[in-house]
Amino acid sequence: METRTTSAMLYLDGVHVSFDGFHAINNLSLTIAPGEMRAIIGPNGAGKTTMMDIITGKTKPDEGDVLFDGSIDLTRLDETKIAELGIGRKFQKPTVFESQTIEDNLLLALNVDHRVRGTLFWKETKSESEQIQRVLETIRLQDSRDRLAGNLSHGQKQWLEIGMLLAQDPKLLLVDEPVAGMTDVETYQTAELLKEINKEKTVVVVEHDMTFVRELGVRVTCLHEGSVLAEGTLDQVSSNERVIEVYLGR
Amino acid sequence: MPHLLTRSLDRSAAIFLIVVAAVGVLLPLSNLLLPADSMFQVPTYLIALFGKYVCYALLALSIDLIWGYCGILSLGHGAFFALGGYAMGMYLMRQIGSRSVYGNPILPDFMVFLNYKALPWYWYGFDHFWFAALMVLVVPGLLAFGFGWLAFRSRVTGVYLSIITQAMTYALLLAFFRNDFGFGGNNGLTDFKDILGFNVQAQGTRAALFTLSCLALAVGFLICRAIVTSKLGKVLIAVRDAESRTRFLGYRVESYKLFVFTVSACMAGVAGALYVPQVGIINPGEFAPGNSIEAVIWVAVGGRGTLVGAALGAVVVNYAKTVFTSGPLAPYWLFMLGALFVLVTLLLPKGIVGTFQAWWAPWRAQRMAAIPVPDDKDTAAAKPHMAE
Repeated sequence: METRTTSAMLYLDGVHVSFDGFHAINNLSLTIAPGEMRAIIGPNGAGKTTMMDIITGKTKPDEGDVLFDGSIDLTRLDETKIAELGIGRKFQKPTVFESQTIEDNLLLALNVDHRVRGTLFWKETKSESEQIQRVLETIRLQDSRDRLAGNLSHGQKQWLEIGMLLAQDPKLLLVDEPVAGMTDVETYQTAELLKEINKEKTVVVVEHDMTFVRELGVRVTCLHEGSVLAEGTLDQVSSNERVIEVYLGR
Repeated sequence: MPHLLTRSLDRSAAIFLIVVAAVGVLLPLSNLLLPADSMFQVPTYLIALFGKYVCYALLALSIDLIWGYCGILSLGHGAFFALGGYAMGMYLMRQIGSRSVYGNPILPDFMVFLNYKALPWYWYGFDHFWFAALMVLVVPGLLAFGFGWLAFRSRVTGVYLSIITQAMTYALLLAFFRNDFGFGGNNGLTDFKDILGFNVQAQGTRAALFTLSCLALAVGFLICRAIVTSKLGKVLIAVRDAESRTRFLGYRVESYKLFVFTVSACMAGVAGALYVPQVGIINPGEFAPGNSIEAVIWVAVGGRGTLVGAALGAVVVNYAKTVFTSGPLAPYWLFMLGALFVLVTLLLPKGIVGTFQAWWAPWRAQRMAAIPVPDDKDTAAAKPHMAE
């Protein structure tokens, strides 16, 4: 499916990043359409996480364009501003606020006034508690809302972090290795959850787990040495000679 | 607004406030009303000593607010304390007037001695108490805001931040040591006579200053509690535990750090301002990096991130310091302080109050579970069970 550049949710063109002479991202161009779910695969060091760092403002590209929602230049903005625009990110290593309850984790993620004064005088509203309740049900943690996030299992933490993304209510979700360390059942459930989320939001998933990518059943982009090696359905990509050579193995 | 206060008062907070209020009222009353030979009379020197501890407790609270809840380890908080102290000291100097040794009605003794012809511009206004009181908040607050704005915006964190806070207090130490800096150099400010027309040495004034210090501690505690129990407090803990996660959720982390850092510096300034009239002197020694580190040790010993523990730690460690440094063990005090810090870090990483809470919480949960909670629906159902 071809989309015009201006209507793309996320548009990367000719992006370069190097760290001390190492070209982490090399002429990377990528277009994600609104409402699309895209899986990004590729060997270690292919630049998948660096790509997410660029989109979320953690890393500034040396050159190239990164546009969000057709017109917003992400390379000029910092993490906070980009998050406020509606880009949510799940880290590779599940990162939740371990010493706070699950409910508080979601409360912190809610897309409400994030300024100092607003949070100091904050009072929970009915719509906020309803929203938290909905997310808790979606991520199946409604019975442990008062537990500390640090006491959750690895898989539950991954889900809580996805829940925090949902509470954040972004337009675009960047999900880095959501099923790492999950059981088969959890992996399956996560795929279902992401498909559910994709009904309303644009999603970019980075994952190594091929069963999971197959489960998602979406368009796949394979990165290698910082640029796009192949793009298409999973079957097309996984039958590509170069992909087999550098990533899947013979 | 009211929800900020009600939310902040849990059981331990209430106990703390009651203790502070009781101490703040009963000790001065016993000092003033009981005859000097009564065994319950608290001597005036103890009032002054405890007054010092209370000021230290307020300083410890201010450190706990940023370190315990936001992960900012300031090793230069003594600077804000000392600046508040100097602001108060300047007011007290101006109150001496012509009773000074040189008898100059305007210039403090050290300025006459150093051949100052007129009062430096930055001493203007300090003859008014309200102005000095304002400066007690404004000077440390502004310095913290400026320092924090630069440091937090450049994302200086962790040990690097701690080091530059040390550098800040050390730079101020050197500056205040200079005679031409205009704050009395090496000798600092002393020989105070009056505060608001009352003799600073008088028993009644000392008692009043003690009560005021307890009041300041209570207000400081309430402000800290209101902050840490609000949603802002949750954001602070989030910053402490996972700073970049907080940023990716859309929080401007540096604004939050700047806010608590400034509030904390103002509290430290108030503590210093109350400290100076009670000890009768302020000199550049208060800026010594060691002082700031010592204050951090109080918080670690009491239990960081507990507020009550910070105040308790300040009192306990300083009491120990008073006891040891006035006995034959005096030369070894710094070794003991160092050993205390190492031992607490290794054996009681949560400090006194934190460890106590960790023991108490499961026991309390058990006890709460054992007692059936009366509920209007199943009180009847619970009764036969209790009879068993």
